[in-house]
This record gives sequence, C-alpha cells and structure tokens, in this order.
Amino acid sequence: MKIPKSFLGYKRENGRSGTRNHVIILPVDDISNACAEAVSNNIKGTIALPHSYGRLQFGADLELHFRTMIGTGSNPNVAAVIVIGIEPKWTKKIVDGIAKTGKPVEGFHIERTGDIGTVMKASKKAQEFVMWASEKQREECPISDLWISVKCGESDTTSGLASNPTVGNLMDKLEPLGVHLCFGETSELTGAEKVCATRGATKEASDKFMKTWSAYNDFILKEATDDLSESQPTAGNIAGGLTTIEEKAFGNFQKIGNCKFVDVLEPAEEPKKGKGLYFMDTSSAAAECVTLQAAAGFNIHLFPTGQGNIVGNPIEPVVKLTANPLTAKSMSEHVDCDVSKILSREMNLSEAGDKLIETTLRVANGRLTCAEALGHKEFVMTKLYRSA
Amino acid sequence: MTTEIIIHDQKDNVGVVVIEKITPKQECTCWIMENDSSTSIQSKDEIPLGHKIAMNDLNEGDTILKYGHDIGKVVKPIKKGEHVHVHNVKTKKW
Repeated sequence: MKIPKSFLGYKRENGRSGTRNHVIILPVDDISNACAEAVSNNIKGTIALPHSYGRLQFGADLELHFRTMIGTGSNPNVAAVIVIGIEPKWTKKIVDGIAKTGKPVEGFHIERTGDIGTVMKASKKAQEFVMWASEKQREECPISDLWISVKCGESDTTSGLASNPTVGNLMDKLEPLGVHLCFGETSELTGAEKVCATRGATKEASDKFMKTWSAYNDFILKEATDDLSESQPTAGNIAGGLTTIEEKAFGNFQKIGNCKFVDVLEPAEEPKKGKGLYFMDTSSAAAECVTLQAAAGFNIHLFPTGQGNIVGNPIEPVVKLTANPLTAKSMSEHVDCDVSKILSREMNLSEAGDKLIETTLRVANGRLTCAEALGHKEFVMTKLYRSA
Repeated sequence: MTTEIIIHDQKDNVGVVVIEKITPKQECTCWIMENDSSTSIQSKDEIPLGHKIAMNDLNEGDTILKYGHDIGKVVKPIKKGEHVHVHNVKTKKW
C-alpha cells in the first residue's frame, strides 16, 4: 500500500496539528466539577472534563496532577480552554502552563464569587472561544504530525496472535515517516522486561527503562503477600491458553513491532527528543493510560482488544481493533477495525497493518471513532499516593 | 488457505491452535506468520482454541520459544504434537 503523505488536521499556534478541534472546560479540582459541567451545559460544543482529584496533593503526586492538567489543555486536539478552580493560585498555574502553546485560555476561580457568578463569567468566555474555534478549518498536515499512542486491553490469545502484531506492523511502516509513537503499561511488560530493555535506541534509554521497570517491580514485591504466579497470568488468561507471565508480556510487546524507543517518559511527560517511539511509565488500566498519553500530547490512539474493551477519551480519539471474530460480531458497535480474518488466514499481517493505517487516517481526517459516537469520554487522573 | 495452527516466529517450538479445538491424530496445517510460510503437524492430544502445541520433542529444562522469545521452561518431557501448558511448562520468573 502507498501510505498517504498527509492528513487533514487543525494547525495550532505552536506548530503542532490536531485531529480534533475541542473547546474544553477543565476543572482544577474535584469541587469545581459542578461549575465546569454547568458551563459545558450552557455552551454547546464545549466538553467538561470532570475528575476526582486536585486537593491537598503534594510532591511528585502534585507535580503529576499539574502535568496532566496542563498537558491536557496543551494537546493539539484542543483549540481553546476554560480552566475553573476553587483557588486563584493553582488555577493560574495551569492557565499559564497552557498559555505557552499560544492557544486561547482563560481561568476562573470560584472563591469570593460562588458557582453562579463563575458559571456566568466562564460561560461568556466559553461562548466566545467555541464560536472562534468553529471557524477553524482542516488543512493538509504532513503525516509526521501524527502522534500515535497505543495500549491494549481485555487481551486474550487473539491479541498476541494478531491484533497487537497488527499495531506493530503499523508502527514499522509509519516510524520511518517521522511520526511520534508511544507505548506504556510498565506492569504488563513483566516477563519481557529484559528484551524490552534491548529495544532502547541508546544505552541511556535502555538503562532508564530498566530503572523504571525495577522501581515498579520492587513496589510489587514489597506489597505482594503470596506467590505472584497465582495472579499473573490470571485464571482467565490460563483458561484462554496463556501459560506464563512471560508469554503474556511478549503478547503485549508485539505492539511495538521492530521499533526501538528513543526515551523513557514520566507519566504525562511530553516527548522532547523528536520523532520516533517512546516508552511511558503508566498503569495498565486503560483509561488511566490513555489519559496520561493524551496529556503528553498524543493526538490519536490505537487500542487492540481481545474480549472487547470499550474505553474512550474526551480529547484523543481511540481507534479499536480486534482479531477476535466473536468480539467483532457481538460488539461491532465498538470495533473500528476488524482484523479477525488473520486467524482464518484470509488476511496477512501486512494487509492488516495497511487496513489499520487506512482506518487511522480516516479517523485523523475527522471520522468519528466508535467510542466517540457512543459518548465514551473517560478522563482518569493517575494518583501516585494518598493526599495530605 | 485454512489453518488450524499459527506460529509467530520461525524459531518458535510451539504453535497456537486457532480453531475451536484440534483432536488427537488430526493432521494440522500451520501458518508461520513471520515469513508467511506453511508447515504441518499431527496432533497427539485434544487442544482447545488459544492453547499451544509442541512442534518438536522437548526435554525437561528446555526453553519454550514463542514470538521468538523465551516464555518459560519445560518441567516434564513433552512429545511433538502434545499440549503445552501449565502442566508441563513453568515461568522462569518466580
């Protein structure tokens, strides 16, 4: 297949390109959710991103909170942002962080005004932003403006056999074209960690990966109360034919094809070393992982599933693929790309990779994903430890 | 072009059943995905969908290769065509 050199995206002030044109209402903290949701109710075409945290956090956990908030607002799929928090200081910190992209952003704090006054002021601004954004047109953007994140879920043997290798095939074909790529799931690489470390493009990247994975593994061993072979692979995995944790991890690992990663990112950290594949230290929980990747600036997500995970994200379109013929049939409203013909050998891996590239570009150009059409907007912050 | 077994990598010593099940003495077609080639094997056991079959005779202590990588060790001798799973293979992790 001849891969198109461009897609139709929204050009942003900082030179990045978006596959979407959202105006978001971003609450700084849990108690500002009501206000943010009231604004998005008033002003059509805006989305509120309610979440559960943002109060009394400290240290690395607080840094991650700010990084996720600022990163989400800065994502090129977002045209403009209204930030609403209880207090002025943290609200301003997030507004200032997003403003560095050059996009329209305005903050409102609720203290001394109350919800009703804040909703009124923020709604006026949100209306102005959404009407401004509605005039933005899609323009031709080089394919290298795609920042593609990946994460699999509800995996079964068809994931390692076919849908994950399909994503790997896409990576092998798109990486030479200069795209950014990102995989995560620190926990689910256990068993393949040594081989994964050899995929570092530099010794520095490999060492950083082993350090990140070891920190996770030390935490697991400290908390473990019994032999982990009881929980990894799970009873369900074993019933499906997975024998060892190594086998499960290598199935997961198929998603990166033959690519090498240029750097290891903190959760929600923006890649800074140019094009290519990055590993991000993330949870293996679907919504948490995608939220962190979106906050790092990724503008389209590929999600292979076996049994049928249904996750979506409010700002980063999530493209689902499956190789499980039963899932493709019984949950068709969730499947953007069906590669189940691989198992019956009616399709080879390269053809499946081409089909996924085609689907990815259609979505990048504006076609709604199944998750978007069904209203999936899971925005889940990662919390590192308890609040003060 | 139908296939009963898929093998990821040419180096692998196990394949994965991709039909509902295979039965003892069944002649199975195997597809090696890495280079899009074919081979065949006669099964010795009944093996369900998603489960593995041994492509060679394997001795205790041998390494199981899938995706071209080490996924565990043989703890009980396995004959070519037999079911490979938790009863004869264990992790090297713990």
